[in-house]
Amino acid sequence: MSEPLLRMKNITKVFPGAKALDNVNFSVIPGEIHALVGENGAGKSTLMNVLSGIYPYGTYEGEIIYSNEECRFSKIKDSEKKGIAIIHQELALVPYMTIGENMFLGNERGNAARVDWDETYSKADEYLKIVGLNESSQTLIKDIGVGKQQLVEIAKALAKNVRLLILDEPTASLNEEDSQNLLKLLLKFKSEGMTSILISHKLNEIEQVADSITVIRDGSTIETLVKGKDEISEARIIKGMVGREINDRYPARESHVGGVTFEVKNWTVYHPLYKGRKVCDKVSLNIRKGEVVGISGLMGAGRTELAMSIFGGSYGADISGELYLDGKSANLNNVRAAINNKIAYVTEDRKGDGLVLSNCIRVNTTLAKLSRTSHFDFIIDKDQEVSFAEEYRSRFGVKCAGIEQNVGNLSGGNQQKLLLAKWMFAEPDILILDEPTRGIDVGAKYEIYNIINELVAQEKSVLLISSDMPELLGMCDRIYIMNEGRIVGELAREEANQEVIMAKILQSSKGA
Amino acid sequence: MIKTKDFLSKNAMLVILVLVMLLFEALISTSGRGSLFSPENLTNLISQNGYVIILATGMLLCILTGGNIDLSVGSVVILVGAISGIFMVDMKMSPYLSIFLCLVIATLIGAWQAFWIAYVRIPPFVTTLAGMLVFRGLALVIMGSQGIGPFPDSYKALFNSFIPNGGEMIASVSIIIAVVICAVLITIQIVSRMQKMKKGYAVESFVSMVIKLVAVSGIILFVFSRFGQHRGIPVLLVLLGAIVLIYSYYTKNTVPGRYLYAMGGNEKAARLSGVNTKKMMFFAYTNMGFLAGVAALVGVARFNQASTTAGTGFELDAIGSCFIGGASAYGGVGTVGGAVIGAIFMGVLNMGMSILGADQNLQRVIKGLVLLAAVIFDVLSKNRKQAA
Repeated sequence: MSEPLLRMKNITKVFPGAKALDNVNFSVIPGEIHALVGENGAGKSTLMNVLSGIYPYGTYEGEIIYSNEECRFSKIKDSEKKGIAIIHQELALVPYMTIGENMFLGNERGNAARVDWDETYSKADEYLKIVGLNESSQTLIKDIGVGKQQLVEIAKALAKNVRLLILDEPTASLNEEDSQNLLKLLLKFKSEGMTSILISHKLNEIEQVADSITVIRDGSTIETLVKGKDEISEARIIKGMVGREINDRYPARESHVGGVTFEVKNWTVYHPLYKGRKVCDKVSLNIRKGEVVGISGLMGAGRTELAMSIFGGSYGADISGELYLDGKSANLNNVRAAINNKIAYVTEDRKGDGLVLSNCIRVNTTLAKLSRTSHFDFIIDKDQEVSFAEEYRSRFGVKCAGIEQNVGNLSGGNQQKLLLAKWMFAEPDILILDEPTRGIDVGAKYEIYNIINELVAQEKSVLLISSDMPELLGMCDRIYIMNEGRIVGELAREEANQEVIMAKILQSSKGA
Repeated sequence: MIKTKDFLSKNAMLVILVLVMLLFEALISTSGRGSLFSPENLTNLISQNGYVIILATGMLLCILTGGNIDLSVGSVVILVGAISGIFMVDMKMSPYLSIFLCLVIATLIGAWQAFWIAYVRIPPFVTTLAGMLVFRGLALVIMGSQGIGPFPDSYKALFNSFIPNGGEMIASVSIIIAVVICAVLITIQIVSRMQKMKKGYAVESFVSMVIKLVAVSGIILFVFSRFGQHRGIPVLLVLLGAIVLIYSYYTKNTVPGRYLYAMGGNEKAARLSGVNTKKMMFFAYTNMGFLAGVAALVGVARFNQASTTAGTGFELDAIGSCFIGGASAYGGVGTVGGAVIGAIFMGVLNMGMSILGADQNLQRVIKGLVLLAAVIFDVLSKNRKQAA
């Protein structure tokens, strides 16, 4: 076996409140395609951010050895100089600039006083030929599709004399044909001696091109499978990805499930910007009284979009389908109507969409239902508001200096509890929780699970969207599996396990 | 100690305003140019800066929605002033009917801009920049190059008179009114305190309440007795007081007021909490038009003319007042009281420097630096909070 091109030794990266990487070891041999797999949040992207210098030297522990020298990158430019290029899942191209301009952005041809446009465009055309993109380098990025944009990103990396190419979910937003072209391109580069790291959820693609596969789970490397030496099959990879023990991290509860209280039928939602792109495709689901229903799926499966479109059409365009509350057809045209019909949506993005960080705990607690603490829905009864805020703060165990403290100064877990308190103040019967435990510690998670159990004990219903599969398995009575905007499976608690869910997702991905 | 620090950081601008006033007073009295607090100067401070306070109140609501500003207010002021001239001077319409019609027109102008901003999502900066050109142009078209005036006395009396209007009793009536205001203020405080205690809610310490009430009553008594030594309490002050009280109450104690803060702090979160952000935006800008109309009516009464240069730079005075008064340039933070303090601050700067005979252009430099300093202070104090 040849000397590795890259060796990451004992990498540990700690975020406030969570250990993202724990003693990770990862080596890549020159000229191979090395796949990196793991569930959402397992630490794949964090590892790549450490490698590319997004998290500079000193913010992590461990060593990076690249072509036999230790590297201490303090910024992305440093790693780029060494020939390491990373292409992120979210493409970083400027829509209103040409392909050529984008390709040499930050790496302009010519000198500081004058950009050499002739060289820019002729070089750009050369690289476009290499990646097999049949477009003029003077075309604007906004005028080409996502698949082609992906190729531009690769060409951009080539323009920086890349030796190690890292692709983060490159085919996530591509159709089958574009994906295949991209994989072929990777194989072509490999034959020319390039080394690549491929992060992907699409295991069939990995099986197709990867020489070795490293599995990461919960911030640790589990195993590295090498082609020709180990068995490489989807089932084998899934086992590595999800093979953790489930212990009693979830408080027990007796379930008393009643009749159907909420139902959507043939719910179809289009993307608000890209006309004609379906984000939810004829989704039908129901929730019963006192039931916790989960939705499992990968990132981008359309779960959040489904929830938000149900919640007063707060996402998407051309929403169609039927919605029933307690068997009666209902029309929730705006968020206010949804709240008044006792539906609450607790967003996955507490800082961006959930809380007003510049306001205090009191104001955030009552915001979604000020009518509970105001006269004629107009004049706020501040004294009553204060006592409500105190009541909910202590009921949900939000640790703070007082209810006048700004929410921006609370820790993540406390913000999450406050967000939950805010929506419980709105007195919902149907609570939609979107990734309620993401990025918070185990103790806070447990408290949130207890709150969920209390709710369903009061005959309320919970729709739980989570990427944490053990959480879904531990909490839900029933789990829907969603992929690419469609419901691809429904499992009762007894029949559900991680392998079955993963397999259903992957099977439905293949057909695309 | 902590409480004093807390008070200083929360009321930093008020403290600075007091210090600046004392500084000017020292400079003015030592150079033998009278006193900043002379009855005449205090009266002028109100009449010269009334329009800024009115406009700053409206501007604050716009800024709260998300740091959005209205550049057209100066042009709306000149246009409504011109229209009022046509109604009252050219058409000899009754002042009351004219006032009513002018305010309706001003509100419609506001609604016109608000529609584009709120429902078509044209950026406020662009919409009101266009409005700035359009309305000033329109005003000059209908007014000609001369301006319109003079206005009927019955109209001027509405805004420029004093309470009591002349007579021997000015001093004592002024003080009686001041005492009544103080008594009402103290009663309200005590009643609300007792109600809170009855319901078992937390109340502020008795000492701090007394100190606050004594300070506020003292200032009111002092200022009003000064008015009494001049011509009495300006009617304009009553109008300003009403506007400030109403909008202060609106932003602090009502549901839509709360929504303004929420959408400025985080528009997406506000929308997902059921706030109709479009409606709030529409209201803020329509209301700005209405208040610009009020400012225009006050202005023509003061100058006795709808002038061709009226309203120049008013938008900047109003925006500046809000920021000096602690409003955040990103929205969601700021109070009507703060904006009023900002407006008075600018007024004191203007007046103090004029009395001292400072060069006009130098005055601009200093005002500009003060504005910048206020915003830098705001940004830095926020950074420090986040770091903590």
